[in-house]
Amino acid sequence: MSTDTSYEERLQAFVGREVIARRKGQDAVNQAMIRHWVEAMLDDNPIYTDAEAARATGRNGVVAPVTMTQAWTMRGLKAHLAGTGGGAMSELLALLDEGGYTSVVATDSDFEFHRELEIGDEVDADEVVAAISEEKATGLGIGRFVTTVRTYRDQHDRVVAVQNWRTLRFKPGTGRSAKPAEEEKPRALRPRPAINLDNQFWFDAAKEHRLVIQRCADCGQLRHPPGPACPHCQSFDWDTLEASGEGTVYSYIVAHHPPHPAFEYPLLIAVVELAEGTRLTTNLVGVEPADVTIGMPVRLEWLDADPDLTLPVFRPVTEQEQ
Amino acid sequence: MSAISGTSAIVGIGATEFSKASGRSELQLACESVVAALDDAGIHPSEVNGMVSFTMESSSEIHVARSIGIKEQTFFSRVAHGGGAACGTVAHAAAAITAGLADVVVCWRAFNERSGQRFGLGQADRPMDISADRAYYSWLTPYGLSTPAQWVAMAAQRYMHEYGATSRDFGQIAVIDRKHAATNPHAWFHKRPITIEDHQNSRWIAEPLHLLDCCQETDGGQALIVVSAERAKDLKHKPAWVTGASQGIAEDQLMMTSYYRPEITGLPEMKLVADQLWEQSGRRPDDMDAAILYDHFTPFVLTQLEELGFCGRGEAKDFIADGHLDTDGKLPLNTHGGQLGEAYLHGMNGIAEAVRLIRGESVNQPKQVDDVVVTAGTGVPTSGLVLSADR
Ligand SMILES: [Zn+2]
Repeated sequence: MSTDTSYEERLQAFVGREVIARRKGQDAVNQAMIRHWVEAMLDDNPIYTDAEAARATGRNGVVAPVTMTQAWTMRGLKAHLAGTGGGAMSELLALLDEGGYTSVVATDSDFEFHRELEIGDEVDADEVVAAISEEKATGLGIGRFVTTVRTYRDQHDRVVAVQNWRTLRFKPGTGRSAKPAEEEKPRALRPRPAINLDNQFWFDAAKEHRLVIQRCADCGQLRHPPGPACPHCQSFDWDTLEASGEGTVYSYIVAHHPPHPAFEYPLLIAVVELAEGTRLTTNLVGVEPADVTIGMPVRLEWLDADPDLTLPVFRPVTEQEQ
Repeated sequence: MSAISGTSAIVGIGATEFSKASGRSELQLACESVVAALDDAGIHPSEVNGMVSFTMESSSEIHVARSIGIKEQTFFSRVAHGGGAACGTVAHAAAAITAGLADVVVCWRAFNERSGQRFGLGQADRPMDISADRAYYSWLTPYGLSTPAQWVAMAAQRYMHEYGATSRDFGQIAVIDRKHAATNPHAWFHKRPITIEDHQNSRWIAEPLHLLDCCQETDGGQALIVVSAERAKDLKHKPAWVTGASQGIAEDQLMMTSYYRPEITGLPEMKLVADQLWEQSGRRPDDMDAAILYDHFTPFVLTQLEELGFCGRGEAKDFIADGHLDTDGKLPLNTHGGQLGEAYLHGMNGIAEAVRLIRGESVNQPKQVDDVVVTAGTGVPTSGLVLSADR
């Protein structure tokens, strides 16, 4: 059904349509919600709680963290439990269900922040469909990527933030690892990294899809895996460099046994040498084991493995791309 | 020759059977092997005044001592980094004896590594904590790189790429080990030799490593008795003199995954161990009549031949092809069958075999063995020994 021209046309007709009408947040920007947020986030920047400190930075007064933008417009538990609330979004979801795309996973959320919110500001948001992809075979299943744009505005109609929100709507049980429904089990989570004070910055950056390399702030030497001090000059000061994402395969293995339930086997694991000169251990994607060679150019991609873990993986660069 | 050379000797060796399911506690295996080694030496437990084992050992010196009647200890230590500790236990014992801190030291390792917690299953689901050692796994296990075979395979692939070695070259080590194990009644693979085709046909574990590139996970215990020159005088067996005993950690060392060094085809920590051994013992690679090289996985045996100076970089495959590693060759290798053929006892069973070679009691005894080099775990901080018939 899903490949019918008529279905495709009906689906593409949603592109450009407003699926969630402009809707105001439940409460104006207020100190109480900000305080709860920054406490939970362990963010002790005084501009969020101390008007004087905020003014000292050239602001009018306390501002809300930009990462809270979405929070001001959330509908709350009651509305959530009551359902999607009708409208064009419900129509779109029904149409996707009709095509068999009944499962959903969020894949990307990019924010552009335009202005800071101050106490008393009122935020609203609308959502417009930006794109609905053709049908694609993904690891999770056959599906379509649906991209919407949410625009957040204040009471003066000024744009506060723009969010590109991408979900994969897919047909359950059609993934590459799909087994008969009765056997289907959620894939185990990848082994957890042990996050500590020395490596957290790297994993935090990865969640933002930034591959960073630790750099000595004194002598400029890059180092990975990271550590608290520079082995060349013994400096404890460091910053990071954002990697270009280009690299080559330095070595690789094809893992077969013992299998871990988080992975599909044979599993390609590689040490990639980045253009910047450091190496990292990673997975290769989009290539068969027999086609991997040492020295092969590869390029960074992001794997949002689960809600708590994002990892850099690498895909061979095709000759045309080179 | 240095201060540590010739001041101590291994005069007793003892082991349990090597099995896949001992049915006994690790402490009992430790006690059985220590009692057997003391009996072999002809030394009563009450004479022991030093004990050395691995940090990974689950039965500490106090439990072994109180179980078997070892009374007062004036020296005790543990050596870290898994199998890299093996020869290090003897190095610590020799250093303590040289310094006069003890004169009868037990070195041992015992575990139910096969029926209990198998190393080969990997680190993926081990508990996490925020220690630097544990946090390091964050760079490996989230990608599925969690087993020792996989860690070695990554270095082996690069070695093959740079030097043109092949899986068949690695396989020759397995064939030699299994040939030696076949005539060793204590070996897990007694009477079960393999051909290179068996090796090639064995299933993949982590390409480029086949199943037969990997050692035999084992339950068992192995102990050694190290004593001072004075105490070694009137014992049952010919002493195996410790003429070299060293440890090594090289630059940018990591735990079997030192992938961030300028080159990953060598084992610079083993080079560091080797340089010390030759300096301490006053002997050279050419003086060695046999070699017991740590063989948890075949590829690093080639690397060790190079780092120890038996051949040049990348030339190990040719050295092996020339037949030097057979019992009638110039450097008989792993005459007990190694960890691929006899048992994976974290390298301690290899030290016992080196003692048998000096005594002239190996089941695959080459003609005359005056000097043997022994190595410990590879890819980790490591250690080595030269054992000699003469001080
Ligand atoms: Zn520096």
